[in-house]
Amino acid sequence: MSVHRSSASALWRRLRRNRLALGGGLMIGVLLIVAALAPYLAPYDPAHQSLADKLAGPTARHLLGTDEFGRDVLSRLIFGSRVELAVGVASVLVGLALGTALGTVAAYWGGIADEVTMRALDVLLAFPYLLLAILVVSVLGANVRSTILAVGLWATPGFARVIRGLVLLVAGQEYVEASRAIGARTARIILRHVLPNCVSVLIVYAALYMANAILLEAALSFLGLGVQPPAASWGVMISTGRDYLLEAPHIATFAGLAIAFTVLGFNLFADGLRDALDTKATP
Amino acid sequence: MTRFLVRRAAAAIPIMLGVVFIVMGTMDVIPGDPAAMMLGQGATQDMVTRLRAELGLDRPLAVRYVEYLGRLLRGDLGHSIVDGRPVSEEIRQAWTATLELGAAALVLTVVVGVTAGAFAAHWRDSVFDGASRVLALVGLSMPVFWTGIVFILVFSLELRWLPSGGRGAWPHLVLPAVTLAIPSAATIARVTRSAMLGVLHEDYVRTAYAKGAHDAAVLFRHALRNAIIPVVTVLGLQLGQLLGGAILTETVFSWPGVGRLLVQAISSRDYILVEGGVLLLAATFVVTNLAVDVAYAYLDPRVVYR
Repeated sequence: MSVHRSSASALWRRLRRNRLALGGGLMIGVLLIVAALAPYLAPYDPAHQSLADKLAGPTARHLLGTDEFGRDVLSRLIFGSRVELAVGVASVLVGLALGTALGTVAAYWGGIADEVTMRALDVLLAFPYLLLAILVVSVLGANVRSTILAVGLWATPGFARVIRGLVLLVAGQEYVEASRAIGARTARIILRHVLPNCVSVLIVYAALYMANAILLEAALSFLGLGVQPPAASWGVMISTGRDYLLEAPHIATFAGLAIAFTVLGFNLFADGLRDALDTKATP
Repeated sequence: MTRFLVRRAAAAIPIMLGVVFIVMGTMDVIPGDPAAMMLGQGATQDMVTRLRAELGLDRPLAVRYVEYLGRLLRGDLGHSIVDGRPVSEEIRQAWTATLELGAAALVLTVVVGVTAGAFAAHWRDSVFDGASRVLALVGLSMPVFWTGIVFILVFSLELRWLPSGGRGAWPHLVLPAVTLAIPSAATIARVTRSAMLGVLHEDYVRTAYAKGAHDAAVLFRHALRNAIIPVVTVLGLQLGQLLGGAILTETVFSWPGVGRLLVQAISSRDYILVEGGVLLLAATFVVTNLAVDVAYAYLDPRVVYR
């Protein structure tokens, strides 16, 4: 893994040449706009029930049909984008913050601090995907806040390992030694010199984790352990749509497409960004 | 080699101890008294206190931890809160179902992922390469439980080719195994492709071609052998993905495995069963990664063991 000090404009030039990254960026952009303008774009109130119209397939009035309460599926998907993005961003931030703190401590202090931190993270990594999140949610109860924490904890070991590697790499550079020689304190060296040089690699990881965080949130919600109804979470929509698969397959289908679209956007973006930065980040 | 194995296995012990501790500690702080839950609504405080003492719940966590470890070593996982059956027995039945599903998905992952990745690298920038790369990304982006639902919709409800759930003859295995394998196969295809691109321009590959070897022979006998290490590493990590994905796949396809058992146990708050299921899945993951480390030695003689 190499450290990059390329300016933002050079990065943008390389990114612009990468069609996959541009496509992914565009998809994320669409999503952000939809989430931001949800009240203006949604044709109906996402919570408005009209039992007379329930489980109706796509029509001119309801472009993507209605659900079991006669609520407009399109409107619920549009408002659901807010839930997905908010949970995704918040949980990646939790993982990033915890991972940065642990990884920096491990790398910078080394010795026992490093050993203890990394072994503790190994224990977290020993839980197969989804299992740790299930444990966390079963303790804290199924709601948005514990979903964010659960997904954030799942992302922590990955971020910590990347940060540790980066800090070890950067800490040996001459400019860090120079600033230490002129008497800068450790915290200042880490915040001013070490972490800023890890930012580009971290963005790639953040995009990758964003994709997986949304999948994980959807999985938890699908199992009834994440965002709770009546919130318009896409995972919840698939879960309820599954009960009406025969009479109204459109509910689960469109909700799943929305998730796949979002995750694909972040995956494409992360892939392109990784190529543009030439880092060897893997999920 | 033996020394390496012993040391590597020894390193797995503190990790498993940590896993047991986390699972036990988690179950300890879960809201709701398991004793009160076992007795149901009509229980008096006195009955709850007595059952707590019987279950050992009134003793300190550290004491219970050591006792629990002792029982684990004897293969005793306690009794289900809901139906009183031994957890080890309930899990044993589910375990064979999960292994069957996991093994089928693993075979699909390796065969499809490695083949697609190898040929994508061989025909770099061709239509096949482009298509397989896009498909891999799409495969990575679809939620497993949704893929399963769509498969049921298309292949069971519409076309009526395959059963929609349950465990039975081999047709029952097809949809769940394919569903579970898709994201892992996609990941393996991507890793194989990039690892193969790293070795395809090497001299020995050119030599093999110069000797007149076929494409497939060169790819799989010469190039892949040298590109396999990163693929195996990621495969080890994918096992965690498969075990976790099994929870979702089993739920969607009503596959009577550990994952579905776990989800049911969580909703019925059968914390002893949850404990056992989580421990089993985590232990499987740790042991398989140990096996992956050992596999390096056979796959790559350059790996030095100390």
